[in-house]
Amino acid sequence: MNAPLINFTFDGRALTAKPGQTLAAALLDQGIRLVGRSFKYHRPRGILSAGIEEPNALVTVGSGGREEPNTRATDLYVYEGLNARSQNRWPSLSSDVGGVLSLVSKALPAGFYYKTFFGPPKLWLFYEQFIRRAAGLGPAPTKADPDHYAQRAAFCDVLVVGSGPAGLIAARDAVRAGKKVFLVEQDAELAPSLLRDPAEIEGKPGRTWAGEIATAVRTSGGRVLTRTSASGLWDDQFVCLSEKLIEPGQIPANGFSQRYWHVRAGEVVLATGAIERPLTFANNDLPGVMLSQAVRTYVTRFGVLPGKRVVVATTNDDGYLTARALMAAGAEVVVLDSRPAPAGHSSGVEVHNLAAPVMARGGKRGVKALVATVDGAERSFACDLVAMSGGFTPVVHLHMQAGGKLDWDQAAQAFVPGETRQNVRTVGLAAEPQPAETVGAAGNPKAAFVDFQNDVTVSDLDLAWREGYRSVEHLKRYTTLGMATDQGKTGNMAALDRIARREGITIPEAGLTTFRPPFTPVSMGALAGLATGEHAQPTRHPALYDLHAARNPIWLNAGYWKRPRAYPQGAETLAQAGLREARTVRTAVGMCDVSTLAKFEVQGPDAVQFLERVCQTTVGKLALGRGRYTFMAREDGLVFDDGTVWRLGDQRYLLTSSTGGASRMATWLSYVRGHLCADLKVSVTCVQEHYAAIAVAGPKSAQVMAALTRSEAPRHMSVVESTIAGAPVLLMAASFSGERAFEVHFDASQAEAVWQAIEAEVLATGGTLYGIEAMELLRIEKGHLVVGPDIDGRLTAEELGLGRMVNKAGGWIGQSCLSRPDFADKQRKQLIGLEAIDGKAIPEGSMLVRFVGAEAEGHVTASGLRVLEGGSIALAHLKGGQARHGEEIYAHSPTRRQTVKVRVTSPHFYDPAGERYRD
Amino acid sequence: MKQIPCPHCGNRAQAEFVYERSADSVVPLDAEPAVAIAALFSRANLRGTEEELWRHAHGCGMWLLIRRDRVSHHIEWVKPIGPEALP
Ligand SMILES: [Zn+2]
Repeated sequence: MNAPLINFTFDGRALTAKPGQTLAAALLDQGIRLVGRSFKYHRPRGILSAGIEEPNALVTVGSGGREEPNTRATDLYVYEGLNARSQNRWPSLSSDVGGVLSLVSKALPAGFYYKTFFGPPKLWLFYEQFIRRAAGLGPAPTKADPDHYAQRAAFCDVLVVGSGPAGLIAARDAVRAGKKVFLVEQDAELAPSLLRDPAEIEGKPGRTWAGEIATAVRTSGGRVLTRTSASGLWDDQFVCLSEKLIEPGQIPANGFSQRYWHVRAGEVVLATGAIERPLTFANNDLPGVMLSQAVRTYVTRFGVLPGKRVVVATTNDDGYLTARALMAAGAEVVVLDSRPAPAGHSSGVEVHNLAAPVMARGGKRGVKALVATVDGAERSFACDLVAMSGGFTPVVHLHMQAGGKLDWDQAAQAFVPGETRQNVRTVGLAAEPQPAETVGAAGNPKAAFVDFQNDVTVSDLDLAWREGYRSVEHLKRYTTLGMATDQGKTGNMAALDRIARREGITIPEAGLTTFRPPFTPVSMGALAGLATGEHAQPTRHPALYDLHAARNPIWLNAGYWKRPRAYPQGAETLAQAGLREARTVRTAVGMCDVSTLAKFEVQGPDAVQFLERVCQTTVGKLALGRGRYTFMAREDGLVFDDGTVWRLGDQRYLLTSSTGGASRMATWLSYVRGHLCADLKVSVTCVQEHYAAIAVAGPKSAQVMAALTRSEAPRHMSVVESTIAGAPVLLMAASFSGERAFEVHFDASQAEAVWQAIEAEVLATGGTLYGIEAMELLRIEKGHLVVGPDIDGRLTAEELGLGRMVNKAGGWIGQSCLSRPDFADKQRKQLIGLEAIDGKAIPEGSMLVRFVGAEAEGHVTASGLRVLEGGSIALAHLKGGQARHGEEIYAHSPTRRQTVKVRVTSPHFYDPAGERYRD
Repeated sequence: MKQIPCPHCGNRAQAEFVYERSADSVVPLDAEPAVAIAALFSRANLRGTEEELWRHAHGCGMWLLIRRDRVSHHIEWVKPIGPEALP
């Protein structure tokens, strides 16, 4: 007891704690009983328990990004500088204004929220402001958490949850059988029950015995994790553990505050113990009314005597252990036992049998007396502490998460683990709880709380029952029973008992609500791990990334890819830079990184048969060294992607498709290859990142290519092998901009040399680099489609205006379904162009209507402008649109409050005859 | 999280796998329109055991045929399929 005291503050008051004390223990030690206000009624609340089940004593700790609300004072070890604040009180804990609610608790009866939701909306809006201020837990922090959360995956043979004697024996047996064991304890100390009830085990002091087993676990390759909660158990013994490396609100020494474990175990042993149940009587929520085992924990483990005159109200033998511990510590004790004499062990303590608490008296300073019926007669017992025990509820949460069933233990009045379909077993008090009498309230007590955290009383349950709520799941949602941070760990059984009594059925007939993870709250940060900020998702850099970065582009996150959106010069905005780049392409030449395109090499004697199934256009007649635009349909006949196909060799083709659809296309090709034409002799290889690619477009592009390759540029839709800067390249003449254009594909490892050679030639020819912004302007004006907005998987080739390119011979995937009668409907949406009549920009995504207020008949998929002449244009999907060219309608965006009058046109705004890109 | 025994890789976490489609929705290329339409749009979708196509997307990438109880998630068997499964 000579260890230095620890300094901390509670609501600004400087206090000290003994080493190893929880905040709850330290507060009780200082005589502080009032630690919070209740959720709805703002009733004064103290400390009920000594563990993770605590419903009342929730505090906010830490500051700034480390602020953590709803921290259980019973599950928080005091550290130097701890700054804890009580919650849900204003202006202060002892003079809380909301406390008047406890006098008018009729204001928020069961189902209050539902009733006002279904009432007149104005009433709800009125109540909402009032409720938001009055009801609630601690406010969520608003600053970013500066700490890190580690994540680890691990395997073990046996995972033991709980380090009480039963868990330790299971761990020891597993170690002896040569198993790798993980032993998990949510407390800071191993075997916390032996700190509460010291005992000799196998001839050794319990703590020594426990320490030896922990050492054996560690030395045999296992792990002992204290301050670690097994928060969830999923299929095939997959367990998530959340390990506190520091206490909530504390500043971590090494930057990491928690570690989140994913453990796959061969077997899970649940030694999770049982949670003591409160008794239900009027004002059972007063500060100073505590659980019996919790009182014993404070006395024996933490050296704190929470009261001097104590009434122990019990339905079982365990209460007598508390009585004895209290007496040994110098308290005056009376035991009220619900059972007839000679139940219990009355070694020198005053015992009243057939005794049931009726009402506690007292105020915010705590309980002053307990009124009870003793053998039928009402008596009042003056006291400053009530230690109550309504029996024990086994912690079956993980067993239930694992898909287990429950059995009813009549002697213990409790559900115990039954059948399980996983390799999970439960041992100790969680499997065999101590016998106890029934738990429920007698009569119709007022302000007798069942769920302390949600302020649910016996009368609330009765009201819900009278209103017809019978199913436990409905009751839970209607009364908010068993919700919030404690999930009804102390209250659910008393509630079930009440419902069963009203219904005239047994508790097992009343049933239980679903047990969902997490067992105790888990920090969001622990779940996120290091996947936060820029690491929230992967980033993909194209091969040319560094070259772009050196030229300071405006970046675009295209899926996971980082792509240049534009290369602004001077003070140019994105729009200005994009337009300048696009105009340079129209008038001279530009170059653009198109490396992210999906690319597949299709090879083999049956390569062409394979492509004729995947592609909806003719591929079979493609001559060596020639390419073609193509598009692909799903089995349902709708187009989902497009690209080009090039014949590189006799039996060798290159298929390109959209960047965004790349992984979907890879899956699709392997599906077609493996399931629809497994008999074909063909291999399909994804070469997306093997090749980098640069597009060179503009009227001077052929001149640039000729200079670079020292040979005549290939004809439109031809491909030749060539060399640039010493690197072998595939030179394809294809245009996405409407200008004469080329795509240069080359081994990604040659990225730098090829880029620099092309860039030098492009710039020398008066050209520019261009990004996605310019590419979009160019392709929209030309009426080229993009997978995603334009080709959205909902239109057929015909509806996209691609009908004349479809392979009339058939044989492609999707053909069968095109005979569905729905596709004959000419009022389905079709791709069209739009022209703004007054020149205003057409909002992308806006709906197309005949007049504002009319039903939407389509939407704008891509919005752009005429690159050289100006004037707003767009691509859109419109019902029956192909027959509506010339019609004037409106592009209407209610969210942006924009309405633009537009004319329906062909989607080809620029060089519709395609004269500019032909050689 | 469930484990799925990949015939190529062994027991792996379910998060590595992608469910693709039920086996009865595979439409042969030469299927009559009525058959194709029925396979795609009027599937049995049994409350019980069915065969399904999965892919070990974040593992070996192979396609698998899995017979699975859709109520209990119990997996009866996993078979390799596609050209890679040929002996
Ligand atoms: Zn695999």
